[in-house]
Amino acid sequence: MSHTASRQFQDQALLSVRSLSVEFGRGDGAFKAVKDVSFDVLPGRTLAVVGESGSGKSVTSLAIMRLTDYTGGRITGGQVMFRPDGGEPIDLVKASDTRLREIRGNDIAMIFQEPMTSLNPVFTIGNQIAETLVLHQGLNGREARERARDLLQKVRLPDADRLLDRYPHQLSGGMRQRVMIAMALACNPKVLIADEPTTALDVTIQAQILNIIRDLQAEMGTAVIFITHDMGVVAEMADDVVVMWKGEKVEQAPVRDIFAAPQHPYTRALLSAVPRLGSLTGQPLPKRTPVMVMDGGVAKPVGGTHEQNTADYSKPLLQVEKLTTRFDVGKTFFGRVTHRVHAVEEVSFDIYPGETLALVGESGSGKSTIGRTLQQLVEPTGGTVRFDGRDMAAMSHAERRRLRQEIQYIFQDPFASLDPRHTVGYSIAEPIIVHGLIKDSKARERRVHELLEQVGLQPQHARRYPHEFSGGQRQRICIARALASNPKLVIADESVSALDVSIQAQIVNLLMELQERRRLSYLFITHDMAVVEKISHRVAVMYLGQIVELGSRQAIFENPQHSYTRKLLAAVPIADPQRERAKVRIEGEIPSPVRPVGQEPAIHRMREVAPGHWVAIEADSLRGAA
Amino acid sequence: MAGFILKRLLQAIFVVLAVTLIVSFAIRLSGDPAVMLVGGAGSVTEQDLRNIRQALGLERPFFVQYLSFLQGILTGDFGRSFMGGTPVSLLISRALPATLLLAFASLLTSILLSVPLGIYAAVNRGRWPDQTIRILSLVGLSFPNFWLAIMLVLLFSIVLGILPPSGMEGPESFVMPALTMAVILTATNVRLVRTSMLETLSQQYIMVARSKGLRDRVVLYKHALRNSAIPLVTYIGLQFGGLVGGIVIVERVFNWPGMGTLAFDAISNRDYPVLQGTITVLALFIVLINLLVDIAYGLIDPRIRTE
Repeated sequence: MSHTASRQFQDQALLSVRSLSVEFGRGDGAFKAVKDVSFDVLPGRTLAVVGESGSGKSVTSLAIMRLTDYTGGRITGGQVMFRPDGGEPIDLVKASDTRLREIRGNDIAMIFQEPMTSLNPVFTIGNQIAETLVLHQGLNGREARERARDLLQKVRLPDADRLLDRYPHQLSGGMRQRVMIAMALACNPKVLIADEPTTALDVTIQAQILNIIRDLQAEMGTAVIFITHDMGVVAEMADDVVVMWKGEKVEQAPVRDIFAAPQHPYTRALLSAVPRLGSLTGQPLPKRTPVMVMDGGVAKPVGGTHEQNTADYSKPLLQVEKLTTRFDVGKTFFGRVTHRVHAVEEVSFDIYPGETLALVGESGSGKSTIGRTLQQLVEPTGGTVRFDGRDMAAMSHAERRRLRQEIQYIFQDPFASLDPRHTVGYSIAEPIIVHGLIKDSKARERRVHELLEQVGLQPQHARRYPHEFSGGQRQRICIARALASNPKLVIADESVSALDVSIQAQIVNLLMELQERRRLSYLFITHDMAVVEKISHRVAVMYLGQIVELGSRQAIFENPQHSYTRKLLAAVPIADPQRERAKVRIEGEIPSPVRPVGQEPAIHRMREVAPGHWVAIEADSLRGAA
Repeated sequence: MAGFILKRLLQAIFVVLAVTLIVSFAIRLSGDPAVMLVGGAGSVTEQDLRNIRQALGLERPFFVQYLSFLQGILTGDFGRSFMGGTPVSLLISRALPATLLLAFASLLTSILLSVPLGIYAAVNRGRWPDQTIRILSLVGLSFPNFWLAIMLVLLFSIVLGILPPSGMEGPESFVMPALTMAVILTATNVRLVRTSMLETLSQQYIMVARSKGLRDRVVLYKHALRNSAIPLVTYIGLQFGGLVGGIVIVERVFNWPGMGTLAFDAISNRDYPVLQGTITVLALFIVLINLLVDIAYGLIDPRIRTE
């Protein structure tokens, strides 16, 4: 760093990262996770660091406090200059361990991605918050406890007094993330690093957490480094944006400029891949649009624009009527059931050939249970399911087997759903063998090659193992496997949620292309409204085990009738910084579907507000609450 | 929690019943105690043997004998030894403390050694301290305990002459028997602590603890250790059971007046009441230890407590 730059930094920045490089491993196996990255963090402002998996954004955030020391990482070059209150700037890369410990949690604090695992399960909430206060502020036990209670109130947790003595597992994910924020803000840090703090949360909870971070930042004047992959969140939160790609900073600009005039091809590709809520307003059918893909440093459009006019509404393929699925939980000493999970309650819908029906909802809404029930992984408690006119309950063993062939499933996690000890070719061929579709092994091999080509991979990939593929490629393999038995209906359960946006856009296009080519029907289960808008013909919104609104995609997105649908849509962060931020205040937890035996939930009555657009009738009290 | 303990106690009754039944039946396969009693005496008639059996109550059908044994347990009366007529409860009350003290001493030594070593190995994963600890634990595992015991006696009692070679007299007499047991236990416990710690150290909340600015020692011993303790406590519970029951070889070598010696002599002498009594008490202890382990789970992990 030159002397002029140093002086500039002293004038303004709180934290200044200069030419930071981080490496993992040694010798030939060394991997440069972060290469020569520089940025400044200014008081009271939010800097978003954006990138996809492998971009080095999380490593950068850990390296600032030198937490990379504990993950096997090495800072191989650069400086992290931090200016403590009224003191001389110090380089954290060279600071002693003792000095670093004084800064960690006190001057610079961090919030992590996974609220479910970032609190220690064996200590109370109060203990974990007070720990920092005792350590850095020298408070005694009682003072620290009082302060911890204030902090819990600050992050808008009700009943803070009782919460202090509770354990993390007794709290929901959203509540835990608030506790984490309270813990991070305990000592009034000057810099808060938030590493994907809302990625694991439901959208309505995400909206609340983002509001809390924003409000507290305004109140305390904290500088925030916000690490995320979600351009919607960036647009809602950031003042300035750093875009990272393959360990390097490719662009830095104020948030409006990034969205309005992205300079680097990667930024442009990234932004083009982001599904935007409202992008299909006024159009009745879902649509494939080109995806920008990075190819040798240049962004190239792949695929064309194509309306997805595939649905045939003459005769339904799947008819679900009053489907109910409950699970017993909680038993007394003598084995009597005391509580039940009312996962699905009297849910009815149809899926037509060539149609995509999206099932949207948050955790505990029962959307995944419906998918598992259709795949015969879960036994329904009541209701009927007809496939091609045949009642599933009346089917013989052989017919049920055949049904397993006609309904296929694509799971969320492409890493966990392929057997690491088998070749990809074997995994794809397995359903063909199990269902006895092709006996001749040569013909079977040809079929596997054909399937690989259909999902955009190469025939020679059949001999490789899952670990040799990226997440997006593995999801393609899972799709090929699902298609191997020639299904009519594919249940995609959060199948694109874990993928980076650029990959996600490609997989969504692939699914739509396959639908057109093979007249496939999809039951698309997801929490992501923006993806739903792009892919689905019709949408069913689920809340606490019941459908609260069902209608065409256009009706749901342009004329939502149920208060929950509106709340869900309002909570989605919009990738447009011009829009006014957080107009709608969303409050409240997602209620639990667990009920004591004997207390059955009330079944919503539905009314048809327009042809094919059904809405649950709401009691006024409910409308007020939502 | 109360319901849970009640359930475990009910299970315990069935375990003890099963153990006593098997032991009572099995020992009767070992041969006639009357023959043992008369020893090498030449002029013993079949009638004499029958009289002895009659006096010992062995003429009765097996289930009558078993039921009267059970009845005795309920009133705290384990019967009398065939050899010399000492009450079995008296023999056990002398031997049990000796065995328990030795078992505790061995376990304590092992815990004090294996926890810090295991944590040290986990923190230095793949580097030389880890490798050294792993190799040493493998060496420790490879020693048969009787061989180790004899080597210790050779070194400390015969060559150096600083420790008593046998018997239980004073604290110094515990050193060699406890160490012998502890070496074997530590070899497995170190690996257990290491694996369990590695798993815990990769958790997010450990990084959170570090990001708070806590010292390494606090992160390791406060935040990580308690989360790694469940497998260790389970295993130590099993080991304690194994120690109390399997201590016999070490007790023989060091001539330790414990339960192992008592049971060993009872088998050699076909002394039914003593063996039945010893095994029943040991079974009760093992059941009790397992119950304590289950309770410990709840104390360590609030998720189990509030289930």
